[in-house]
Amino acid sequence: MVQTIVGRESETESAPFREQYVKAFRWMLLARVMEDKLASLYRGGKIHGGVYVGRGQEALSVATGLSLCKGDVFAPLIRDAAGRLAFGEPIIDAVRTYLGSALGPMRGRDGNVHRGRPREGLLPMLSHLGAMISVVNGMLMARRFKGVTDTVGAACIGDGATSTGAFHEAINQAAVERLPLILVVANNQYAYSTPTSRQFACANLVDRAVGYGVDGHTVDGTELGACLRGLEKAVAQARQGRGPQLVVAKLLRQGGHGEHDDASYIDPKLKESSLGRDCLKVAEDCLRQKKWVDEKTLRAWRDEVSARVDETVAKVQREPGPDPFKENWCALASKHLQEAHI
Amino acid sequence: MSITYLEAIRAAQARALADDPRVFIYGQDVGDFGGAFKATKNLAREFPGRVKDAPISEDAIMGAAIGAAIEGMRPIIEMQFADFSTVGFNQIVNHAAAFFWRTNVPCPITIRLPSGGTSGSGPFHSQSLEAIYAHYPGLIVMTPATVEDAYSMLLEAVAIDDPVIFCEHKFLYYHLKADCLPTEAMPVGRARIARAGRDMTIVAYSAMVHEALAVADELAAEGTEVEVVDLRSIKPLDTDTVVASVARTGRLLCVGEAFPWGGVTAEVIARVAVEGFGLLDAPPQRLNAKDTPVPFHPDLWSVHRPTARSIAAAARNLLRL
Repeated sequence: MVQTIVGRESETESAPFREQYVKAFRWMLLARVMEDKLASLYRGGKIHGGVYVGRGQEALSVATGLSLCKGDVFAPLIRDAAGRLAFGEPIIDAVRTYLGSALGPMRGRDGNVHRGRPREGLLPMLSHLGAMISVVNGMLMARRFKGVTDTVGAACIGDGATSTGAFHEAINQAAVERLPLILVVANNQYAYSTPTSRQFACANLVDRAVGYGVDGHTVDGTELGACLRGLEKAVAQARQGRGPQLVVAKLLRQGGHGEHDDASYIDPKLKESSLGRDCLKVAEDCLRQKKWVDEKTLRAWRDEVSARVDETVAKVQREPGPDPFKENWCALASKHLQEAHI
Repeated sequence: MSITYLEAIRAAQARALADDPRVFIYGQDVGDFGGAFKATKNLAREFPGRVKDAPISEDAIMGAAIGAAIEGMRPIIEMQFADFSTVGFNQIVNHAAAFFWRTNVPCPITIRLPSGGTSGSGPFHSQSLEAIYAHYPGLIVMTPATVEDAYSMLLEAVAIDDPVIFCEHKFLYYHLKADCLPTEAMPVGRARIARAGRDMTIVAYSAMVHEALAVADELAAEGTEVEVVDLRSIKPLDTDTVVASVARTGRLLCVGEAFPWGGVTAEVIARVAVEGFGLLDAPPQRLNAKDTPVPFHPDLWSVHRPTARSIAAAARNLLRL
């Protein structure tokens, strides 16, 4: 078991890294603009149910999505819009699922962050936290049965989910089977309103890696460079057959649990600390500081992303919702076994 | 040659493994040890790498089964006892059961639950959880009562594109024998007339079918002809066969080993009341376990669950109504 800490100081500035950084930043920007739009639609009463955004967690999320390849498995959680986009989820999937379009992947049967395309390795999350990890394990076990090698699976969770039995069972299971699982923990300091002091008593969540017999990685979740490098390393180790990789990133949720939540409970001291930095702003400042991108290009990217989001929302707003009278109301794939007398 | 209910379950799994490379078995102690009840005896040796021991992690076992099913495999999960499936309940009812509905991707898993009471097993190794699982949309719930059904329904469970809860009764494991394995079977979702009669209908499933058949024998000696309907699967529930039986007999007693509140007996009676109220000559009756946890002591246990004795008393009472 190896414990690695990836922070700012280990950054290199090779051309491929710079390219990856820029690519990641653009996905982060798209995720931020899209989610800001969804939040505004929610406030305007245009979205049923909740809206859950990844503001402040885009760096970790995008690094996870970008570190995976086509054919890998990805089980994102509620603050992973950036990672989803980077992994290949079309932006319209998010908008359709939030707005309840019948044309979306969930067809109005499930909403908001509960979306995915399992056949393409993108799992639709359950609200029950920690539940997706063992499902990724099962997909990886199935591939092993089928002789498919060289694919890995990543599951994202928060600090709160590390308290669940499902988390413990699944990481232990992955360790026993020595599966290429990358378990990414976004320690954003609050599980809904509960601070980490009421969630766990260990000094650092990554210390648990030793207990499970897996590699552990600590990354600074506010630094895109650290996230990219940390995830790249963890995924490479999983791919090399080193078994599960636990990645823990510290950061601060930049807002409430959902858009309904004013987050008044967040400690102002945390907001002022380095943990409270907005990763998107940090990344943008880095781009400027290193002169990797000029102001004009940055502005053009913003305009392009806003236009893309607005066009997508406008398109989806014209799409039909599901028709309850055309719905087949059958929960079984074996339709002939559906109860006829209920 | 004779074959027990338990051997039929083992034979069905061996055949499923032999016939379909997508099938694998995952559960606690199922590997070289052959399972707590020996339902997977020798299978790990016969099918190397396809019968896997799991850690004591019912949630993760079920989660892994879901992931494997999504990837096109056909997992058979052995829960060591039905009682322990409650630890994996979330994955079963919220995840596996809802998966096809949410995503249009089938989630074929066979979840074997060694169910029901045996003497001395106590509150946590005796439960019958079929009604709880039947409550959830997206699950099929099978409750085989015979050696033949244990074999053919388990094979069908593996072939079905949905998650199947396969409630195999521990009391029948060694007690029940047949001459040979069946070569043909009734379709899933069809109940069976286990014994024909014209005076009253007893609807039962799993081990209670045999208690009901014993009652039918006993009452036949008194000149009463009892018809016994074996539901075979409780979801889907073959309402047509039950209502047709009540049409012949006019009297209904429904028997189940599970706890009394709600459940299969309540569901059967509700359906007969809705669809066959006019066929009833007397108020429909039901008999279940008592509304307490399952007791350890054999003297308490034998009274806690319905037996031929208590079913006969309920049947005689129904004939007087």
